[in-house]
Order: sequence, then C-alpha cells, then structure tokens
Amino acid sequence: MNRRDFLKNSITVIAGLAVPLSALELVNPRSLLAGKGDGPALRWAFLVDTQACVGCGFCVKACKTESEIPNEINITRTWVERYVVTRDGKTFVDSPRGGGDGFTTDHIDLNEHGRQEITAEKIEKAFFVPKLCNHCDNPACVQVCPVGATYQTPDGVVLVDRKHCIGCAYCIMACPYGVRSFHPVYKTAEKCTFCYHRITRGMKTACVDACPFGARKIGNLRDPDDPVTKTIMSGRVGILKEQYGTKPQVYYLALSREVK
Amino acid sequence: MGSHVWRPLYIALVLVALILVARSFLVPDDFGIQERGYMYGWHRKGNETEWKAVVVKYRTAAYCQKCHGNKAESLARTPHGIISCENCHGPALNHPDDPPTLTIDRSRALCLRCHAALTTPTSGRARIRGINPHTHNPEAECTLCHDPHNPTSRSDRDEQARLSQK
Repeated sequence: MNRRDFLKNSITVIAGLAVPLSALELVNPRSLLAGKGDGPALRWAFLVDTQACVGCGFCVKACKTESEIPNEINITRTWVERYVVTRDGKTFVDSPRGGGDGFTTDHIDLNEHGRQEITAEKIEKAFFVPKLCNHCDNPACVQVCPVGATYQTPDGVVLVDRKHCIGCAYCIMACPYGVRSFHPVYKTAEKCTFCYHRITRGMKTACVDACPFGARKIGNLRDPDDPVTKTIMSGRVGILKEQYGTKPQVYYLALSREVK
Repeated sequence: MGSHVWRPLYIALVLVALILVARSFLVPDDFGIQERGYMYGWHRKGNETEWKAVVVKYRTAAYCQKCHGNKAESLARTPHGIISCENCHGPALNHPDDPPTLTIDRSRALCLRCHAALTTPTSGRARIRGINPHTHNPEAECTLCHDPHNPTSRSDRDEQARLSQK
C-alpha cells in the first residue's frame, strides 16, 4: 500500500465512522414502551401527518387562545414550520410568528435578512411541519429543573408548576426541540400541556380540534385498539432528534430528512 | 473546655432547627416523589389538578350542533365541512350565556390561510384552490362574492345541478 492509498482508505473509514448509529437505526416505538407492562393504562402520544398539513395555522391560533397567550406576544406552545427544498439542494425553513397567521406568500421569512423569493421552477419540494412538545419519555427539561417545578404526570404529560418555577430557564436551554419559552406575564417557563384540561375531560387538544385536515391526532399508546397507536405501531413513523435519547412521543408520518 | 467553644455549635443547631421548622411550613404537604420517580416525578401533586382546572375555550363542533344542527348539517355537505365552526366564529366558551354573541372573523386574512396560492408541490396545500392575494380583487372582502358556508362556485353548482338532472 502506498502513501496515497493509505490516506484515501483512512479518510473513507473515518467518514464511515462519523455517520451516527442513530442514522442507521429504525424507529421502534414498541421498544420505547418495552418492560413497562405494569405501568399505568394511559400514555398520551401525538401523531402528525406532514403530508396533510397545509400551513393554515389554525392550530397555532387555537392553541394561543386556549392557553391564554395574547396574540401580540410572540411566543407559542405549538408552531408550524415551512420547508422549501430547492433543486440545488438548499433547504429554507421559516415560521413567521409561529405560522399563527398562516402562510400567504411564497417569500421565505429570513428574519433580519429580509424575505427571499424562490421561483416555482427552482423548488424541488415544499411542505409544512407542525411542531409541539414531544412529551418525551426521558424529558431532559425535567431532569435539569433545580426546584421540582417541572415534572411528568403518570400519563406522560410534562407540565410546569407556575407557583414553584423560579424562571431560571435551565429547562428552556435543555430542551433539544426548543419547545419551551419564557412567559412574559407569569415569569415562568411556558410549554405545551397536551391541553391537559381537555384530554383529562375526554376531549382532544385544541390544536387537534382546530385542524381541518386531520394532520394532528392524539391517542393513548397503551390502548392497542387506538387508531393513533395502530399507526405508530406500524413502524412507518419518524421522530425528531432521536439521537438525543429523549424518546419523544410525538410521531411524524412522511417525515422528510430535511426536518430537524 | 469553656462554653465559648460550644457556643457556635449551639447557634448552628438553632439555625438548622429554624430552617427545618420554616421548611415544614413552606413546603406543601403534597410535594415529593410521585409516580414517575425522583428523576421525573419530583413535584407538587396538586399542580396536576390546577392544570386540569383550566377553562375550556374551544367547545368543538359537537357543542355547536346542539343548537345549530341545521347549519352544521348543510355545512357538512360542502368542502368547508371539515373546518371546525370555532375556527371562524371564535371560541364558544359558555355561549349562549357568556358570551351571548360570538365575534365572527370575516377577514380576508382568514380565508388566505388556506386559499393564498403557494408553491408547495409536496403538501396538501397544492390540492386547495388558491388565488394571488395581490391580484385577485385585493380591496374586496372575500364574503362579498363567496359564501363560506357554501364555497363551491356558481359554475360548480350549475354543473352539479346538471348532473343531478340526468
């Protein structure tokens, strides 16, 4: 082996090792729930169909009203991202005001860099991805709370105790999905509650009820007859950032590799 | 040994006792390790009840149907039947007691949420009829020409009538 071949082979091997194992692993929600047969009979999970979403933003509007966040305040518990992938391989993502007013223009919002127009013939694919708290089975945000203000209920919902929260924002930094924000009125951490007041009354979340296209669904993972559970157990669903080991419980249908 | 050696120890013990007494008053009884264990379930149990007690604002179309059954039935036959009443009419809360009337959003911006034409070839948006908001009667409210409860166009309705006669 000469010097050139040695260097070539070394680079190939290093590049191969650099691919994270998680990139090769398939999602298996069954394994996420394995060994918990004696647990509670209820575990909430969410299913998002990214192909059905049209970016109308009714979910964000309903969520802000239901969770009493004034529309003027630019924080939201759920939001809709638009992905535009061009033919030369670039990915543009925007979510102006969380998508709460819908998407009404082809111009991509680049924040301080203005708006970018991408002509139709350059676009390879473009779609919308609703995001919300993943109510992880290993919630990193809960582990870091120094005062026991954020916690997980027995049915898997991560909540914040506004009376105990000291507003240190460790949890906001710890969440890999960026779903937490700081409530400007209460001065506490703010996050999606899976509409705990609705799901515990037999209703669905406000965003699920507001979605005209069935892009959002909520179900009980411990009920094998639940249509949401059936879809998730089919194994043809994706989750976000599984390499973090947080075991998110929001599953995505037709998840594209550009989505982070 | 003289008492001056022990005195700091007594002070420390009194301080610890004071902190423990204060703690017993300040920490709620239901604060502690709950079902999800120390790592994920260390919290005040009563807070779960507080979150459950949040007022429901969106009462869903099923609630509207109790009184507005006719409207709901005719709407269900149109393409807009998939849209929840409260998306345009606003959250019902305790309507008709409180509030007695709902604020209906008839704005152009509401319609444009779905009907502004976008280039989104791989999403459901591509299957929805869209307009260019800047060229399609930009000054007019949509409801001037279109009926949101029966959104099919006149030509569509004529076509349906023609087909049903055959």
